[in-house]
Amino acid sequence: MDVSDKLPHETKLSKRPADKVVIEKLHKTYLTSSGRTVALQDVSLTIGKDEFIALVGPSGCGKSTLLRAISALIKPSKGKILIDGAPLSSPSNQVGIVFQQAVLLPWRTVLDNVLLPAEILRLDLVKAAARARDLLNMVGLSEFEARYPGELSGGMQQRAAICRALIHNPSMLLMDEPFAALDALTREELGLQLLRIWAAEKKTIVFVTHNISEAILLADRVVAMSPRPGRISEIVSVDLPRPRTLDMEFLPEFKSYSDRVRAVIGHG
Amino acid sequence: MTEQTISQIDTDIEDEVIPEGGWSIKDSIAPLGTFAVLLLIWEGCTSYFAIPTWLLPAPSEIAKAFIEWRGELWHHTLVTLWETLAGFALSIALAIPLAVLVVYSPFLRKSVYPLLLGLQSVPKVAIAPLLALWIGFGVLPKILVVFLVCFFPIVVATATGLTSVQPAVMDLIRSLSANQLQTFAKIRFPAAMPHIFVGLKIAITFAVIGAVIGEFVGAESGLGYLILASSSQAHTPVAFAALVVLTIMSIVLYYAMESIEKLAVPWAVGE
Repeated sequence: MDVSDKLPHETKLSKRPADKVVIEKLHKTYLTSSGRTVALQDVSLTIGKDEFIALVGPSGCGKSTLLRAISALIKPSKGKILIDGAPLSSPSNQVGIVFQQAVLLPWRTVLDNVLLPAEILRLDLVKAAARARDLLNMVGLSEFEARYPGELSGGMQQRAAICRALIHNPSMLLMDEPFAALDALTREELGLQLLRIWAAEKKTIVFVTHNISEAILLADRVVAMSPRPGRISEIVSVDLPRPRTLDMEFLPEFKSYSDRVRAVIGHG
Repeated sequence: MTEQTISQIDTDIEDEVIPEGGWSIKDSIAPLGTFAVLLLIWEGCTSYFAIPTWLLPAPSEIAKAFIEWRGELWHHTLVTLWETLAGFALSIALAIPLAVLVVYSPFLRKSVYPLLLGLQSVPKVAIAPLLALWIGFGVLPKILVVFLVCFFPIVVATATGLTSVQPAVMDLIRSLSANQLQTFAKIRFPAAMPHIFVGLKIAITFAVIGAVIGEFVGAESGLGYLILASSSQAHTPVAFAALVVLTIMSIVLYYAMESIEKLAVPWAVGE
């Protein structure tokens, strides 16, 4: 079914300030020992500037592959990706990435971990350290800047990883199931914290998750994907007011969004 | 997580007592006591069964030899220690750069590394007589035996360490378009350090063995030479005294290595 023609967001195109990411007819196939695996088939998606997009779907639906393609960590087999109107060829320093695991370097303190991208990009380290402290303060980690990652809980490590992704003030944040390894309470708290950061510093966020409620609570639009082959089945615009709160999950609209997404990704 | 739980976690960490790696006197009482009892049994047996000193000296005889031969023992200890440390340092100086080359050059990785892994199986101590044949009986062949026994564990550990970086970390670093030098200095080498220390700790115990083997083959000094010479002349207590010194040297060198490790890679110790 081709739903892209009659999606509600298409009518709002004119309202969006500019297109941050344009993905056109993206295909990605992997050659494995068991043959060809189609990870992404004919994926087209336009992401607006400062929009919060959630990619949701069961494992194998290609959501992480799509995110890695947007970050230029993998090359698509066919199709193209434009970022700010320019074709994407190599990783850009306008992007910050957060993975499922915090992947902090154990030999660096929290502050030095946050500063790693600034060092690699050769930014002014005095200014970067000031920004790092601001970011750590924003996520409640100020007292822990001199600690080593091994001394932190999983949730605190992931907060530090988010600060690291933001240190060079990228215009786009790519997050690959960033809260999947955390317990439910920490996950909700970090989601709201992310929204506060996003409200403070406008950024385009692409957020991969397999958690439908999380996707609806956070995103402007939820891109529902389905597996074998990985493709977009539907895009759901979430018209819940902002700032979002946890109790919105009990609204009837929330349930209807959730039911819609659940229906298209084929998970009861 | 609320503000309250954050501060709670804070105090949890503040209160947590991180166990120290060092030994306490309390922990040493049991093994030292056992050792003392074993020495007493040994002493008792040698006198009760009248075992001749040249066959198995009593601990008291060994202690006597220690005092009488202390000058000789000290001299030979310094020779063996020098051979051990020089060979060990030489192998570090060559093994770590070679491992870096092997990891960074696909050509060397395909051509040299399999060869290195194969050569690792050659019993290095068996080369000692050949080294004596080629370069004589001085200190140098002993240093080379030490070098050979230390070299392979360090190369393999370093190469393993340099390739042990988590794929997600490499993704992160690639997403920042880091260059090779940055990747090496900021990621690969620090990540390899705990592995390198595993190799160094294996190597330092091999090193003492290598020096003694080198001295067995042909030498005019060193603790290995002293053991060989004194046992062939039935000065068995001296041989035992030399053995005790060698054991202490091995232990001290190993713990010195472990102390350096604690200073250099504090984040990895105790994992």
